[in-house]
Amino acid sequence: MDTEVLKTYFSALEPLATFEEGGEWLMVQVPAENWKNIARKVITERNYDFLFCVTCVDFKTHLTMVYHLRGMQTDETVVIKIQLNRDQPVVETVSDIWRTAEFHEREAYEMFGVQFTGHPDLRKLILPDDFEGFPMRKDFEDPINMIKL
Amino acid sequence: MYSETTIVTPDVLQQPLQEGQLVINVGPQHPATHGVLHLVITLEGETIIKIEPHLGYIHRSIEKMSESLTYRQFIYVTSRMDYLSAHINNLACAMCVEKGMQLEVPDRAQVIRIIMSELTRIASHELWIGAMAMDLGAFTPFFYTFRERETINDIMEQTCGARLTMNYMVPGGVMYDLHPEFVARVKSFVVQFKSKVSELEDLVTDNIIFRNRTVGVGVLSKADAISYGCTGPVARASGVDGDIRKRFPYSGYEKLQFEQCLDSAGDSFARYIVRIREMYQSIHIIEQLIDAIPEGEFQAKTKAVIKLPKGEFYTRVETARGELGVYIVSEGGTTPYRIKYRSPGFSNLSALNHMAKGSKIGDLMATMGTLDLVIPDIDR
Repeated sequence: MDTEVLKTYFSALEPLATFEEGGEWLMVQVPAENWKNIARKVITERNYDFLFCVTCVDFKTHLTMVYHLRGMQTDETVVIKIQLNRDQPVVETVSDIWRTAEFHEREAYEMFGVQFTGHPDLRKLILPDDFEGFPMRKDFEDPINMIKL
Repeated sequence: MYSETTIVTPDVLQQPLQEGQLVINVGPQHPATHGVLHLVITLEGETIIKIEPHLGYIHRSIEKMSESLTYRQFIYVTSRMDYLSAHINNLACAMCVEKGMQLEVPDRAQVIRIIMSELTRIASHELWIGAMAMDLGAFTPFFYTFRERETINDIMEQTCGARLTMNYMVPGGVMYDLHPEFVARVKSFVVQFKSKVSELEDLVTDNIIFRNRTVGVGVLSKADAISYGCTGPVARASGVDGDIRKRFPYSGYEKLQFEQCLDSAGDSFARYIVRIREMYQSIHIIEQLIDAIPEGEFQAKTKAVIKLPKGEFYTRVETARGELGVYIVSEGGTTPYRIKYRSPGFSNLSALNHMAKGSKIGDLMATMGTLDLVIPDIDR
């Protein structure tokens, strides 16, 4: 896999994309509002048909959604990152493009409070329905079972 | 089916059922879920309209716990995720820390790790076959599979000190050296397995009742398997050649000869056959290694306190259920800033609704059984 080819491709697709190297794979940071369009294009143009990891990281100043994508034929892997506002994290769902995102997005929704617009069934999956707060955020404090970090 | 819709509000969820529809609960305490999985099933007559999994009955937030544990400690919590492949979970975490430290693992440790992983895989598949056959009404195979599984557990107990949650892997190698009797006992197990597995196949594989209940049931196409993120035997039974041991070899798998077991049918019987064939391949791997365990150190020298550089590290291994990914975000300290476990069961379960929709409720046990769900692995 050639990083330069990927960089050229993503720069042409999204002029605002920034790149981060040094890890195992190329990391591409894209604006939240363009993510859906990018997702639609990469699955057909570069055959990234396998979304193997979706998660969110709380950096205290902002939230970052992390999508690990891989092409099953080519083994080409890329990591897409989206910075979200911590007070109002909203991003479009990709569960209609990769169906595995449906469950993973529900987990990110309940654990970090990220709103996925267009998600077919955005409800709590693991936590009880009446649970308040977003437990995986760094500033979460459980009044009953607090483990001080 | 997955068209764009707006966010679901409570009034949409509480829509009344249509006439003739019935909601039943399977679980959380149900003998066939082998754990606390809760399925809310909407039926029309005997036909499944929709399955909604409700998770979290055994959610311990291992990801959050790991954030407050050091890089040596967090490995042991992961034995409690997929407790049937505890070795392989520990291996994934140890490898991720080693990747961050850029640590070379001694050859002896690598070989021990592979042998242990493959023994774990056999034990896990043995348990699965017994339990799944029991779900489908055959009680005898359970005793046959547990005979072999107990042998493996005894071997594990002798070397690791535990039968289920081994906690044997540490960053840099394994915790202590093999028991002097290990090699002889594994060899006798290989002989035992080879002579006894045909009994199991006679009982289950060619059983007409078993075939009638599994062939053509719960079909998952190749494209759907990829889209739902299915991995492991579930995906391989649908023809997805995604075995991590072959595609992204780790820990020395690239030097070994073994086949990736594929099937194209994608039904419950294909998933069964793939697992049976995988056990033979695991035995084949163990046979290649058991006489060639290199001498030397079993653990690389590491500092007492491990610090990872700032950055992100991702490793993946093939557990008995599929691809387990460990994603560590490090801020340079002694504890991980964020850990995500991409567990195979979570993604495999998401395909259940798609696979079972439109089939009869009696077939659900075959479909769910062959997914090989381990609930602590899904809930984490």
